[in-house]
Amino acid sequence: MASAFEYAPAPESRAVVDIAPSYGLFIDGEFTEAADGKVFKTVSPSSEEVLSEVARAGAADVDRAVKAARKAFEKWSALPGSERAKYLFRIARIIQERSRELAVLETLDNGKPIKETRDADLPLVAAHFFYYAGWADKLDHAGYGANPRPLGVAGQVIPWNFPLLMLAWKIAPALATGNTVVLKPAETTPLSALFFADICRQAGLPKGVVNILTGYGDAGEALVTHPDVNKVAFTGSTAVGKAIARSVAGTDKKVTLELGGKGANIVFDDAPIDQAVEGIVTGIFFNQGQVCCAGSRLLVQESVRDEVLDALKRRLSTLRLGDPLDKNTDIGAINSAEQLARITALVETGEAEGAERWSAPCELPSSGYWFAPTLFTNVTQAHTVARDEIFGPVLSVLTFRTPDEAVAKANNSQYGLSAGIWTEKGSRILAVANKLRAGVVWANTFNKFDPTSPFGGYKESGYGREGGRHGLEAYLDVR
Amino acid sequence: MSDNNRLGVFKTYKLYVGGKFPRSESGRVYEVSDSKGQWLANAPQSSRKDARDAVVAARKAFGGWSGATAYNRGQVLYRVAEMLEGRKDQFVREVAASEGLSKSKAAAVVDAAIDRWVWYAGWTDKIGQISGGANPVAGPFFNLSTPEPTGVVAVLAPRKSSFLGLVSVIAPVIATGNTAVVVASADAPLPALSLGEVLATSDVPGGVVNILSGVTAELAAPLAAHQDVNAIDLTGADTALAKELEIAAADNLKRVLRPGPADADGGADGGADFADWTASPGTHRLTAFLETKTVWHPTGALGAAGSSY
Repeated sequence: MASAFEYAPAPESRAVVDIAPSYGLFIDGEFTEAADGKVFKTVSPSSEEVLSEVARAGAADVDRAVKAARKAFEKWSALPGSERAKYLFRIARIIQERSRELAVLETLDNGKPIKETRDADLPLVAAHFFYYAGWADKLDHAGYGANPRPLGVAGQVIPWNFPLLMLAWKIAPALATGNTVVLKPAETTPLSALFFADICRQAGLPKGVVNILTGYGDAGEALVTHPDVNKVAFTGSTAVGKAIARSVAGTDKKVTLELGGKGANIVFDDAPIDQAVEGIVTGIFFNQGQVCCAGSRLLVQESVRDEVLDALKRRLSTLRLGDPLDKNTDIGAINSAEQLARITALVETGEAEGAERWSAPCELPSSGYWFAPTLFTNVTQAHTVARDEIFGPVLSVLTFRTPDEAVAKANNSQYGLSAGIWTEKGSRILAVANKLRAGVVWANTFNKFDPTSPFGGYKESGYGREGGRHGLEAYLDVR
Repeated sequence: MSDNNRLGVFKTYKLYVGGKFPRSESGRVYEVSDSKGQWLANAPQSSRKDARDAVVAARKAFGGWSGATAYNRGQVLYRVAEMLEGRKDQFVREVAASEGLSKSKAAAVVDAAIDRWVWYAGWTDKIGQISGGANPVAGPFFNLSTPEPTGVVAVLAPRKSSFLGLVSVIAPVIATGNTAVVVASADAPLPALSLGEVLATSDVPGGVVNILSGVTAELAAPLAAHQDVNAIDLTGADTALAKELEIAAADNLKRVLRPGPADADGGADGGADFADWTASPGTHRLTAFLETKTVWHPTGALGAAGSSY
C-alpha cells in the first residue's frame, strides 16, 4: 500500500565481503578439494545469482576429516582449559571484528534481511563464543563431576536457517569442553562456515581441531554414522533426526537432536494487544518463518479474536518485503526453490482443506524465491496447516475460550519446542507456563535467545539442550 | 498340631497395574525357580495387551504425580522405605531364593534397597535446584530453567539384581515425577511383584508404578514402539535387544537410557547386569528422564529515577 512517504532504497554495501569463485573443504587446517573432485554451486536466494562454487564432500572426505579431528583431539583435550579458553576468546573477538563482513555474506547466501544478520545473528554468534570460552577453564564447577572429560570427535550437522549461529551453538561448547569437531553446514548455505574456517586460521587454532565439510545429506549421513565419531549433534528436520536416532542405536555415541516445532503463541484477552501483535509478527515472520521455534500457531482468546486479527493484518500490511541487503527490509527471500515449493504445497493443502487464506498485499520481486506473509483463519486442530511444520511465513490462527482449552490445544502437537503466552496476569503466566509441554516458553515476548539460556525441545522436537550450563552436558562424559 | 505338620499357604503372584493386582489378561503363567532349579511359584506371563494397559494406567497417573509437590513425593518415597522395613523378612527370603544368596547377604541387599528409597526420597525437592537455575541473559528478562519429568517411562529392570537393582532403576524415575511401566527380571520376578504390594500400601498413587512379569523381549517391544511412552530405560536388555529397542524408540524420539557397558570379565551379552548396584548411584538416573523448560519474561524498568538499592 502506497503511503505519502516511501522509503528510499538503503542497501548495505557488498564491498565489505570478498567471495572467491571457488572454495575447498577445510580439513586439518587446510583448504582442499573433495577426493572425487565434486563441486556444487551456491546461489543467492534473493537473486538466484551464483555466488561461488564449493567442494562437495563425500565419504572419503568425511573419513579424512574425522581422522584429522581424532589426531587433533589428543593434544586439544590435553590443553589446560585456560589455554582453550584463550583460543575461544580470540575467535569471539575476530567474529566481532569481522561481523559486518559476515552479516553481509550471510544475507547474500541465506536470503535473510541484513537487519537480522547484523542485529541478531552476528552479535549472538560472538556472544556464544565468549560465553563458552569462559567455561573452558571452569568445567570442574559445572555440576558434572570433579573432572569431566570430553567425548572425543564431534560430528555436527547444521541447517540453513541460521548458518553461522547454529555453527556457534555447536562449535563453541564442543571446543570449550575439549572435543574436536567435524561440521557439515547445509548445502544451500555453505559460505559462512568456510569464512569461519578462515577465522580459525587467523586465531591460530591448532590444525584439525575444527574441520568444515561442505556438502549434501549424504556427507551428513556419512559423518553421523562414522564409527570413529563419539558425539553426534544435529539440528534440522524431525524426519532426519529420527533417522539419526536409529543409526546410532546400539553404539555408544552420545546424541543431541534439535528438531522441528509447531509453537503455540497464546494470546489472552487481557494482553496488551499492540505488544502481542508485535510478538506474533516476531514469532512467525522473523527469518521468513524459517525458525524451528517459530510461533506458527496463534491461539487467541475468542473475545479478542477480531481485534487481534484486524491489528495483525494492519501490521502485516506495513512489512517491507524485498532486497535483503536493504536496511529497511523486514521480510527477505525464502532460502531455496525447494523450500519455497514445500511452503507453497502446504499452503495449497491448507486452502484445499477449507482454511481461509489471507496474504499481505506486497509485490514479490521477479527473480529469487519469495513468499508473502500469510495467515490462515477458520483453522481447526485437524488441519494440516495446524499440525505440520511449514517452516515458512505462514501463521495458523485458532481460538480458545478458557485457559485450560488453550493449554490443551497448545499441547496437542507431536512437537514441544516453544510456546508464547501473552497476558497481564502474572499468576496466569506461571500457571500456563507450568502446564505447557515445551522446552522454551516466552511470556510477553518471543524468539529471544541468549548463550546463557538453555534451548531445546520436549517430545518429537528432539532431545538435549544447547546453550547455558546445560549445553555443556552434551559434550561431556557424565555417565 | 505342631508347625511341622502344617501345610503352607502358597502365594498367587499377580501383576501390579493401575494400583490393582490383576492376573495377566492372557491367563498365562510361567514357572519361576530358585537358583538351584527348585520351583518357587508361578508368575503371571504378561502379554502385549497387559503392557499397553499399563501404559494407559501410567499416563492417567502422570498428571497427578508430576503435579504433586516435590515435598509430597519425598514423603511418599520415604513411606515406601518404612513399609519395606516392616516387611524385610519376606524380601530377604525372596531375594535369597531368587538370587541364590545366603540369608545374611540377602539381608544386606534388602537393607541397601531400603536405604536407596531413603536416598531418593531426599532427592525429590533438591534435583530442581541442582539441575535448574536462573540464566543471566544479556537483556531485561527474567529467565529461569527448571527440570520437569519427561512423562511415562518404560523401565526394563536388571536381569540379575532382582531387588536392589530393581529399586535402583524405579526410584529415580518416580522421584522426579515420572510414572513407570516396569518389566521385572524374567528369571527372578518375585521380589518385583511383591514390591507392588508394598507400593500399594505406601501412598504411591495407583498407576505411578506398574509392574509386569513375563518375557522381557515380548513386553519391551510394544513399549519401545508405543507412541505414548516418552522414555525407555534399557538396563535389563541384552546388547542385541537393546539395539532393536533403541531403533523402535526413535519413531517418536523417546529418551533412551542405554544399558551400561559390559564389565571387564565380559558379560557376553553386555548390559548393566554386571553393574555394581551397591555403588553410589550419582544423579544420571534422575537427570536421564528430565526435560529442561526455560521461561522468559521481560523485567521492565522503574525508570532513571529509581534507586538501585
